[in-house]
Amino acid sequence: MSDAKIELRNVHKRFGSKVVLDGINLTVPKGQSLVVIGGSGTGKSVMIKCVLGIIRPDRGEIFVDGKNVLKMDSGQREAVLRKFGMLFQGAALFDSLAVWENVAFGLIQGRRMKRKAAKDIAIEKLAKVGLGPEVGELYPAELSGGMQKRVGLARAIAVDPEIIFFDEPTTGLDPITADVINELIVDRVKDLGATTLSITHDMSSVRKIADRVAMIYKGKIIWEGPREKIDDSGNDYVDQFIHGRAEGPIGMDVLKP
Amino acid sequence: MNFFAIIGRVVLTLLAEIGRLSLFIWQSVSHVFRPPFFWRLVAQQMMRIGYFSLPVVALTAFFTGGALALQIYYGGNEFNSESIVATIVALGITRELGPVLGGLMVAGRVSAAIAAELGTMRVTEQIDALTTLSTNPYKYLVVPRVVAAVLTLPLLVFVADIIGIMGGFVVGTQTLDFNAGVYIKNTADFLKFDDVMSGLIKAGVFGFIIAIMGCFHGFNSKGGAQGVGRATTNAVVTASILILAANYVMTSLLFAN
Repeated sequence: MSDAKIELRNVHKRFGSKVVLDGINLTVPKGQSLVVIGGSGTGKSVMIKCVLGIIRPDRGEIFVDGKNVLKMDSGQREAVLRKFGMLFQGAALFDSLAVWENVAFGLIQGRRMKRKAAKDIAIEKLAKVGLGPEVGELYPAELSGGMQKRVGLARAIAVDPEIIFFDEPTTGLDPITADVINELIVDRVKDLGATTLSITHDMSSVRKIADRVAMIYKGKIIWEGPREKIDDSGNDYVDQFIHGRAEGPIGMDVLKP
Repeated sequence: MNFFAIIGRVVLTLLAEIGRLSLFIWQSVSHVFRPPFFWRLVAQQMMRIGYFSLPVVALTAFFTGGALALQIYYGGNEFNSESIVATIVALGITRELGPVLGGLMVAGRVSAAIAAELGTMRVTEQIDALTTLSTNPYKYLVVPRVVAAVLTLPLLVFVADIIGIMGGFVVGTQTLDFNAGVYIKNTADFLKFDDVMSGLIKAGVFGFIIAIMGCFHGFNSKGGAQGVGRATTNAVVTASILILAANYVMTSLLFAN
């Protein structure tokens, strides 16, 4: 397991009496793109937030580059966080800042770079996601959903992260825009040689960006394998999910509250 | 049995809330003294919290000073009203009414605004995004607001003191036909440095309460628009009650000798 970039061992998390993560075991090999699929409310977002340290798991271990991040002090943690970039589901752009300031945020605040130098990099990163320098002067509220996602992607890659998380990168986008975002993700990740962990329930996104796929159900990883295997996984849960069938082993208690 | 269960639950919820608030305050205060410092943000917040609250606080103080003068006159006109009106207006405004009413007005304006802003940032994942960009949300969001409020509230209340005394002066000389020179002399003779100072110390504490309650409820808001609304209400209500309670405690301490 020496080539594991991220490793989760037996991670548990509950909110009140609701068990969200029930012993997650997951390994993301270096330079690979792992996509976790699963229905709404199965703990996908909580899992990523545990790795980022936004949520603290009740039990278990999380390793990044072989070091247990749960045992670090805040200084070491911040050093690890510098390796991360993340694209949020709703883009989560800072609406009080111009687009370029959003993209340059990690450089200016996180790395104390001069504003002017950071702006140059921001404009370069915006170009990489297909946005012109004039967009940099706009505010997030003036952008469409697809453009916000692009800016979010530019912000995630601005600090040249080693690891990038994608939280439902195509949710809420039309199929064509979604495909554009998927391609941008693949291209930019290839540029950086980054390791990525994504969560989604969009199968076209899975087929485009994944090297490996894992399925989460009721707080556990129930299947994992290479992308080519998802169509003959031999797992009824995976089959039901990728074909989007209401009938199957995944009970209605999960689909309907 | 059921009755005791309800009491138990209320007590537990209250204790958990106090615990979370204490942790929040500890986190916030500890970051005030640790670099990096965001001076620009502090200046920006001082404008928002202090400067833009001036009209509200000034009007409150003016009318309060005026009303106070009338009340003292009507209540005590058989005595030597010309001297006691000026004195009691000055003492009442600087010791109690300036800081308390000013604090309450700013609580309504500023706690609500902070809770709404941070609450929206929370539910749109902007606060999580800060963490992924190597920026501590306490340092970036909470500290500038707390520092700005603690610094500007005394200034605001100092202005309120002057305008409140002016309100009393205007009513005294215009409506009650007092001699302007005598009024000013009475004010100056009886007003001591300690009276003003005690009010300003109170104001600093109120500033802390206002900013912390706004940030705390904003940070912990969840559940979309409704959650943000609830956070805003809770911020104003708790800030106001804490201001009144803290005022009592400080009055009993500051004037105990």
